[in-house]
Amino acid sequence: MASIDTGGSDSGKKKGRGVKKAKKLTTRIDMTPMVDLGFLLITFFIFTTTMSTPTTMDLNMPKDTQKQDEQTQVAQSGALTIMLGKDNQVYYYEGELKSDGSNFKQTTFKGIRDVIINKKQSVINSYVPSPDDEAIIQKAKAKGDPNWQNAAKDKNFTVIIKPDADATYKNTVDILDEMTINNVKRFAMIPITDSELQLIKATEASGK
Amino acid sequence: MPSVKIPRKSTDFDMTPFVDVAFLILTFFMLATKFKPPEPVDITTPSSVSADMLDEKDALLISMDKDNRVFFTITLQSTEDQGIYDEIIQKINKDKNLNLNNAEMANFRKTSFIGVPFSQLKALLNTPSDQQKDLKQPGIPMDTTGGELTYWIQASISAFAGRQIAYLIKGDDNAKFPTFENVIQALKRNDQLKYNLITSPEAVPAGTELYKQRQAALSGNKK
Repeated sequence: MASIDTGGSDSGKKKGRGVKKAKKLTTRIDMTPMVDLGFLLITFFIFTTTMSTPTTMDLNMPKDTQKQDEQTQVAQSGALTIMLGKDNQVYYYEGELKSDGSNFKQTTFKGIRDVIINKKQSVINSYVPSPDDEAIIQKAKAKGDPNWQNAAKDKNFTVIIKPDADATYKNTVDILDEMTINNVKRFAMIPITDSELQLIKATEASGK
Repeated sequence: MPSVKIPRKSTDFDMTPFVDVAFLILTFFMLATKFKPPEPVDITTPSSVSADMLDEKDALLISMDKDNRVFFTITLQSTEDQGIYDEIIQKINKDKNLNLNNAEMANFRKTSFIGVPFSQLKALLNTPSDQQKDLKQPGIPMDTTGGELTYWIQASISAFAGRQIAYLIKGDDNAKFPTFENVIQALKRNDQLKYNLITSPEAVPAGTELYKQRQAALSGNKK
């Protein structure tokens, strides 16, 4: 099999009247080793390389500061606090947490998007124009935002993200992703408080 | 009984198309893929809608695996900057009194990732670089103030001497949030506030604001 075919054994035989016929060689080569080599290289490349280039998500954190005047103030009316618990559970409340915990609600990663959209819409609906907004509008216009006229309407909308110790890294990335998806301009990641932790624990216990 | 003579057929057949296909696939894989960087552990990154591609530049890569172990990798854009490795390990050696000898410090250049406490660094650097991946590394000790990772970042920043460094954080889906928070703390304590989280691409859910924005940007480009 693995040999160059030199044609028939009689190809070099003299054929009548002393006419010497040129030796006819076929050009057929056994290709098996070449195929072997080709597939060997394919296998090598499949195993040693990666297909997808990873993407990156930019994350900018604020500097920790103790000074009161450097800290960002959040209007309670536009605040949405999202807490991440274990087993991909999401808890949230709007504005300030009531002492009896009556506005503390539970949802999942599927449901949180609607919560964010609804809250954003209600902040936009209750928008009251103020003279400071001109700067925000001009800034959005300069950045090329197609919706720049409305840039100031959701300025009070702030999402506060508080993952607890049982939340995974995936949960954290997912919720940050949700901020990008819903175009939330202001969000912050801060440590969870004890009263919130207790409410999460209580909800987890009652759910079982 | 008359014997029936079965004509003997040759088992040879033309393999040329087969070769063509094999090399076509080979060419595709060579062009469409790129080599995997050496990885300390298997990490499944979470997906995000972010479309920013990862740039190749000087970077510190901090990996978190599913057991919350933290690894530290220095990636240099140019191979001519190998001296940076030496500066980092010399600084760590001096600050932490590790008594590393020259051969151990030279091995640091070939060490692709670090996942040991300072106390075990000598043992790691004594291991030839091709055997290091078989070593079970416990991860860099972390605490709520950043742990030993803080010192690695500090040493790297001083070695890079003002050059731009990207901080890449590559976490596994199942890494716990406190680990991530501790990594952030280590970076914050070095006054570094901008990070890149490595994620795998994901489609934007239809109907959302970002989806509309991207669609608008696409149709804008077509015009």
